[in-house]
Amino acid sequence: MKPSRGYRVLIHAAALVAMVVILAPFLWLAYSSVVGQTDLLSRPMHWWPGRFTLTRYREIFAGQDVSVARQFRSALVNSMLVATGTVAVSLSVGVLGGYALARLRFPLRRTTLLSFLVTYMLPPIALLIPLYLLLSRVHLLDTRIGLVVVYCSLATPFSLWTMSNFFGVLPVDLEEAARVDGCSRLGALVRVILPLSRPGILATALFAFLLCWDEFLYALIFTSTSDSKTIPVAIAEFTGRNAVDFGLIAAAGVLAALPPMFITLVFQRNLVEGLSAGAVKA
Amino acid sequence: MRLPGLTRRPAPRVRGAGLAFLLLLPAALVVFGVVLYPAGRALVISFYDVDSPFPGEYPFRGLANYVDILRSSRFWTAAGHTAYFTVVSTVAELVLGVGLALLLAAPLRFRWLFRAVVILPWALPTIVNGAMWRWILNAEYGVLNALLTQLHLQESYRSWLGTNPFLALNMVIVADVWKNTSLAAFFLLAGLQTIPAEIREAARVDGAGPVRAFLTITLPMLRPTIAVVLVLRTIEAFKVFDIIYVMTGGGPANGTQTVTFLTYLQAFSAQRFSYGAALAYLTVLAILVLAMLYLRLLRQSEMRAI
Repeated sequence: MKPSRGYRVLIHAAALVAMVVILAPFLWLAYSSVVGQTDLLSRPMHWWPGRFTLTRYREIFAGQDVSVARQFRSALVNSMLVATGTVAVSLSVGVLGGYALARLRFPLRRTTLLSFLVTYMLPPIALLIPLYLLLSRVHLLDTRIGLVVVYCSLATPFSLWTMSNFFGVLPVDLEEAARVDGCSRLGALVRVILPLSRPGILATALFAFLLCWDEFLYALIFTSTSDSKTIPVAIAEFTGRNAVDFGLIAAAGVLAALPPMFITLVFQRNLVEGLSAGAVKA
Repeated sequence: MRLPGLTRRPAPRVRGAGLAFLLLLPAALVVFGVVLYPAGRALVISFYDVDSPFPGEYPFRGLANYVDILRSSRFWTAAGHTAYFTVVSTVAELVLGVGLALLLAAPLRFRWLFRAVVILPWALPTIVNGAMWRWILNAEYGVLNALLTQLHLQESYRSWLGTNPFLALNMVIVADVWKNTSLAAFFLLAGLQTIPAEIREAARVDGAGPVRAFLTITLPMLRPTIAVVLVLRTIEAFKVFDIIYVMTGGGPANGTQTVTFLTYLQAFSAQRFSYGAALAYLTVLAILVLAMLYLRLLRQSEMRAI
């Protein structure tokens, strides 16, 4: 049965309204990052600006003397390093542990799996105070390494859980075939399972990266200078000050939003591939 | 390969115990070191009176911190804000999410574009979202004020976040809903896609209009997904901190202070680590209840699927 004309008009109108509501704030953020300060602070607002400028982006990328822009730059670098480091650590331990949980029979397997799930659900606020006391005693406050250690508390249970799910749906036949051909368990993991689960590993890595990129509460407590401050902390800090040019914050916001948006749009395809990897026939 | 601790219970058919132990060891060390040990420490700290980050002897208080919290009006005010934020934002995200999910599944001409747009708010970092809305709602230069004033919908610029606590809390909810409806919609879309098309087709053949078909077929069959989204969003909303920190800083007049925000203030502005730890454990308790509810719902929906 073909949908009626009225119905089609209705859903298209509704979708259009939804898109406007979703896109308008984004556009305002991007607009604020490229118009001159006088246009930004005009009142009443004139909707067509007199001047477009890319100086804020230039300051963040290459500026030498503007301190706020330089802090945004080092914060972006810190975010990138901390997120990448955390993904590397939590993914390696997650792949090994996830394989054991999905493929090997051993006592207390279910209990282990469930206890990892429970740790995944603990709210960060519960760990914040002891982690702070711990880090201050080993002098890892305000360091990127310290932040990587703390972020592992978020990313490791997550990686373990998702990797064990990914390994769990891979066909056992392939691995058995490799074992018959003389591979050890570990050899089969490296030569057969890992290449097969590349989409799953990539998806887990991207999710873990997004988790770290977005994290704020830990970063707020555990960092204090541009040695380790991440981009959410820098943006929150300068948003609270009135004297700072909001256009610059908007530019930093746009830059902070680009990596996760890029990942999300790429990831959509990767997820589908990851799920439909029926490699047993290949 | 035999390792102490695991050799004592040699279950039959266990062929990978040694290897499993080795493979799980790094993960177990990490999880123990940065999750389980701190979680245990926090519980211990909550029974003492720790007021500095340095090691030393601190007085034991037993349950006194918890009693103090439950007797303080500031806690109950914050709990009220948390409850209001959680209920309103979760319900709004669910209702709007169902609408968006229906649109995502509808035969739209530019469906790929619509899907890409709907997923964008989810990808926006929470702090950027908060800063963006704070700027949009700015009392002197905000675009919302400009728009409403120039359309003559309001007479003059107003302070959305700065004077009226209740208005500020609702504005924070608007920003949160704008971002998180996205994820709810994609969850619900997955649920929608499990409903067989024949059932809806049959309803239509029987003469049910789109509204009745939605109320009698789609909504009941979507119930397991709705329950999962409800619990997951509730757990997230319950922990809300980032967006409040960046949009209002807990103000005006502490009107947007939530329990997590209060915990942060007590522990890190007032250095009352034990009081903060006790507050945090009250949150854990509440989330534990919600998590158990979640696991039960998952099991129920699995049973129904079988």
